[in-house]
Amino acid sequence: MSDSAVDSDEVRHVADLARVDLAEEELERFAEQFGEILDAFETLDEVPEIERESDLVNVMRPDEVRDSLDQEQALQNAPEDEEGFFKGPKVS
Amino acid sequence: MTAQAAESRDLAVVIGLEVHVQLETDTKIFCGCSTEPAEEPNTNTCPVCLGLPGALPVLNEGAVEAAVKVGKAIGASIPEETAFHRKNYYYPDLPKNFQITQYDAPICQDGVLEFGHEGERRSVGIRRAHLEEDPGSIKHVREGTESLEARTCSIDRADYTLIDYNRAGTPLMEIVTEPDFRDPAEVRAFLEKLEEVLEYLGVFDPTRDGSLRIDANLSVVDAEDVDADGEIDEDVLEEANRTEVKNISSHKGAEQALSFEASRQKKLLESGRAVAQETRHFNETHGNTVAMRSKEEEKDYRYFREADLPPLQVSDWKDEIEIPELPDARRERFQAEYGLSAEAASKLTSTKQVADFYEQLAREYDADLVATWVADNLLGELNYRDMDVTDIEDRLEEIATLVELVAEEEITAKNARETVLRGMLDDGDDPKTIVDREGLGKTSGDAVQEAVEEAIEENPDAVEDYHSGEDGAINFLVGQVMQKTGGSADPGEVNGLLREELEG
Repeated sequence: MSDSAVDSDEVRHVADLARVDLAEEELERFAEQFGEILDAFETLDEVPEIERESDLVNVMRPDEVRDSLDQEQALQNAPEDEEGFFKGPKVS
Repeated sequence: MTAQAAESRDLAVVIGLEVHVQLETDTKIFCGCSTEPAEEPNTNTCPVCLGLPGALPVLNEGAVEAAVKVGKAIGASIPEETAFHRKNYYYPDLPKNFQITQYDAPICQDGVLEFGHEGERRSVGIRRAHLEEDPGSIKHVREGTESLEARTCSIDRADYTLIDYNRAGTPLMEIVTEPDFRDPAEVRAFLEKLEEVLEYLGVFDPTRDGSLRIDANLSVVDAEDVDADGEIDEDVLEEANRTEVKNISSHKGAEQALSFEASRQKKLLESGRAVAQETRHFNETHGNTVAMRSKEEEKDYRYFREADLPPLQVSDWKDEIEIPELPDARRERFQAEYGLSAEAASKLTSTKQVADFYEQLAREYDADLVATWVADNLLGELNYRDMDVTDIEDRLEEIATLVELVAEEEITAKNARETVLRGMLDDGDDPKTIVDREGLGKTSGDAVQEAVEEAIEENPDAVEDYHSGEDGAINFLVGQVMQKTGGSADPGEVNGLLREELEG
């Protein structure tokens, strides 16, 4: 259990970057949870190295047009849309 | 740079550019959606460019080829291995909340672009050029009952945003220069040359909306810190506060934005104030720059490797992919091969299309005549009409026909330019129609002879004047003949024929 890996200031900064509004008490709670998550990654150090397939390189496709979705399909998961556009809150 | 009062400081401007160009491919960089501009929003999208969960990007070979061509043209090295990164930021134009770009292993490194400015050769270092995807386009909109167009407004007056992802995933190349510019006018000359080269390579279409976007970094330093060869100490540059000017979309805009920014910074320093290190937005309507709310710092983008795209090993493509003769080489060859002046060669190589057209004609007809026709007449008349060769690209065959008529001496050069060419451009007629309609075909000897006889018969008074020694009378008769032949006869020849007829 680490207490210095992530502090609440860092959580606030990351939340700001992600445009997520967190309350003061949430900052502490998330800081603790982030610490736990990062600690969990350390478990990976215990995984032994194994042989694996060689990495892929140069995976490309020819420059040929394929069918796109139609507008209705493109917008079907949008909570709001208007005149064929996705609709979202104003930005700064 | 610290803010020290020093009214008489001699200041110098330092500029570096990040130029984003849209690469001409048929499909987007990571999916098979078309890059053709669409009438309707969100009609060229798919799960990949909409960032739907589980969709996987696959790199477009055409975009990589285009990037290698650019690298070759600017003499850049293509590293053994190059890879893609995710640049994370939250903005609605990015459906995935990250942009796929290249970070520490760009496809082109350490190139150079030479260009002419005020009669001198200048050369600017290209630090890197990398591939990335374009975001979508955002409309800022007010609530209301008017049409969408009427409610589209500036970002600070908007109530909400509308997003079109047709453009999302369009392949871009970001070309980053060294801070080698010392003057906004140089930037303009560089951009013109860059566009010219990209167009020659066939990887760029300047007529596309938004095909060129520029961010520029500008700082002001003491002139004495600039060496005679224009070099500036890195520490000096590091110390000087610079601004990044965004939202520049044209050569002219670049010069305007940077001239404004240079004098703004100079004024601050001259009055003993400091320049704030910030991002500024160029307002093309007002010709000024305004501070933008500070954005993320580089570390906030949390770049990490795009694990969905395996690395590229394409350094050997540099040898395999051919690029066409570039503008500088072609200009020199035109002078040597066709005996053209530097000015004519420069006009004729301004775009690949013009140069190709010139060469096609110069192989068949007199190279000098064709040069006059293409460089002066055609480009001159187009320029006068605010048109470009691209506006008549489907009519080049007609222009070729016109040049042929002149070269074969079937019509006079004057008629060809003043009546036929102008008629073609203004009314859209084809040259032969105009020649027939206006009766411009050079009249054959018999027809001239006939007109001469008619003129003599119809104008007994003038004939009498001629015989009584009034030499002006012959000019009147020549005029009559020219009228009858629609200006297509040779006045000298008419004069001779008349005298023969009158004396005979």
